[in-house]
Amino acid sequence: MKKIVLSLLLALLPAISHADEGPKLDHVKIDLSDRASLQRGARIFVNYCLSCHSAAYLRYNRMGHDLGISNELVKQDLLFAANKVGDRMKAVMPAADAKKWFGVAPPDLTLEARYRGPDWIYTYMRSFYRDPKSFSGWNNTVFPHVAMPFVLYGWQGEQRAVFRTKKIVSHVVENGKPVTEVSEEKIFDHFALVKPGTMTPKQYDQAIRDLTNFMAYMAEPTKLERIRVGVYVLIFLAVFLVLAILLKKEYWKDIH
Amino acid sequence: MQKIMTWIDDRFPLTKVWNEHLAQYYAPKNFNFWYYFGSLALLVLVNQIVTGIFLTMSYKPDSALAFASVQYIMYDVSWGWLIRYMHAVGASMFFIVVYLHMFRGLLYGSHRQPRELIWIFGTLIFVALMAEAFMGYLLPWGNMSYWGAQVIISLFTAIPVIGNGLAQWIRGDFVVSDATLNRFFAFHVIALPLVLVALVFVHLVALHKVGSNNPDGVEIKKKKDAKGIPLDGIPFHPYYTVKDIVGVTVFLMVFSAIIFFVPTLGGHFLERDNFIPANILSTPLDIHPLWYFTPFYSMLRASTNQYTHGVLVVCTVLVAALAFFTKRGFKAKAITVIIAALMVLGLYTLQAKLWGVILMGSSIVLIFFLPWLDRSPVKSIRYRGALYKSALALFVVSFILLGYLGTKSPDAVSLFLFKNLAWGQVLTLVYLAFFVLMPWYTKIDKTKPVPERVTTK
Repeated sequence: MKKIVLSLLLALLPAISHADEGPKLDHVKIDLSDRASLQRGARIFVNYCLSCHSAAYLRYNRMGHDLGISNELVKQDLLFAANKVGDRMKAVMPAADAKKWFGVAPPDLTLEARYRGPDWIYTYMRSFYRDPKSFSGWNNTVFPHVAMPFVLYGWQGEQRAVFRTKKIVSHVVENGKPVTEVSEEKIFDHFALVKPGTMTPKQYDQAIRDLTNFMAYMAEPTKLERIRVGVYVLIFLAVFLVLAILLKKEYWKDIH
Repeated sequence: MQKIMTWIDDRFPLTKVWNEHLAQYYAPKNFNFWYYFGSLALLVLVNQIVTGIFLTMSYKPDSALAFASVQYIMYDVSWGWLIRYMHAVGASMFFIVVYLHMFRGLLYGSHRQPRELIWIFGTLIFVALMAEAFMGYLLPWGNMSYWGAQVIISLFTAIPVIGNGLAQWIRGDFVVSDATLNRFFAFHVIALPLVLVALVFVHLVALHKVGSNNPDGVEIKKKKDAKGIPLDGIPFHPYYTVKDIVGVTVFLMVFSAIIFFVPTLGGHFLERDNFIPANILSTPLDIHPLWYFTPFYSMLRASTNQYTHGVLVVCTVLVAALAFFTKRGFKAKAITVIIAALMVLGLYTLQAKLWGVILMGSSIVLIFFLPWLDRSPVKSIRYRGALYKSALALFVVSFILLGYLGTKSPDAVSLFLFKNLAWGQVLTLVYLAFFVLMPWYTKIDKTKPVPERVTTK
């Protein structure tokens, strides 16, 4: 029996290790209880992202309620793309037009933070660089050849991607003979700010952190409530468990 | 009260049913940890049905509306998020509980004579549950739902001649589409739940006919007192009902901890790729089913041309050898020769993909035959020898590792030294060998004497 359990545990070991894939992502600290950050993020999202992207599973008044913004303030400051506070957050731009202009319809972003993860969004929004060869004039190291133009370049400014070359030595078999091939690969190294924007890099990172924080909220507005309810449920069950064990012991005391 | 009971009992056998199945159903007194999972499986079934009913009230089985309707449940329906998480996490918990319940059978020989039918009904429940989970997984219409269904249904195309037509018939279209979603919805919410409930009913009827096994594998009905009550039996109610309340509470704590704190369980219970709607133009980088199917998915992938040829050649030689050396009569010899001939024929006519399907299919079909594959004179692992213990340990390890590898790309190296594919191929053999070699190793295994009565600590 012990042997079985032990070998089961051993078998589970590899599940703990993770292989890394894709571009390196910067970690962003998500804090859903930081209302000021969420409110700033909401403002950025509604002002900039919502022009083209929708967040159609969320309603304005729900967002206002969760973030501590009154319906009046929502109407005054955030309601550009809809008439009623109970409306869903739809994009200003019709999807059909967007498809014509950008080649792809901008995806709905309500669940983006659950699909890509906050780190991805945070890194992506800070990884646009000038690339004359691309269609919009911008490229992105996290999402190469993305159709989206860099909307926030006024804030961040223009950055250039600095690449380094890495020699790749590979051993292959060609016509039955082992051949050593040497190729060079361009690997992204770092960004260099060419033209500063209206924000310092630190301010820009903070703004994007707020935006990411808001998008994390948006992807699961019930998260805080879920955890809060969960604590009560577990406390209740823990108390109930004690009673259940006592009941069981009482009944079973005459079974030998 | 007494009057009401008499009135009912004259018209419906309420007291009789209550006594036969609860108050005077005598269960062995030495049930341990592993005996919680039967009642827990019933609990999860009820959870799935009840949460499923509420989900159905807001869900729309329409390829244009399905994804948004699930988000409507998550965002707008009061407590909709909780109901949906309970259902989604419940599906995974169902498999955890059922796998542990089945493992209990292997530990204590609960499938052995006279409980073969309980085992067969149980395995049918497992198969129905797999179909139920597979079809339910398409309903949120996320991208992984879509491509998962696409891949699994396309397995049917491996069947010669009728394959393509069959796959089309299942989908109701050339690709997974609205028609597929609608019929899967029908199967998921009514057809398969009915089958499941019916199977659970006969599973329990069969169990109560022969009585429960126990960790010692001793038949308690062999030793009865003057009243005909098994000496080692205690009434299920109240003893096991109060005990199961403890088990249920612990289970609910684990279940709630997942629902409230990690409902996606790092992408294992709800996958990232399912947070975007189904898109026929965008295939996820790495398509794999949810964790509870990955052991079987690994076995499916293990089948490459080289591999199946190798395995088949070895099997054919073994079967042929068996035909020569067996002491049995002409009939048995003829059958083995025919099997060998069929294998050779299959080797040269069927594609690797079909062999993969056959391999995966037999990994499930073999479970049905367990009561007859096991030739040990004892039931419980407590009195079995090292052979069965090692075989079972290897089997469990292979099952878990196959499950782990199934979530990874076949070309990656997730264990050590060898690619996932190669490991999958080796472990598939281990899995199958557990069943195929069972008649042999259980027969020659050294066993310990079984006590007359059940033992307690």
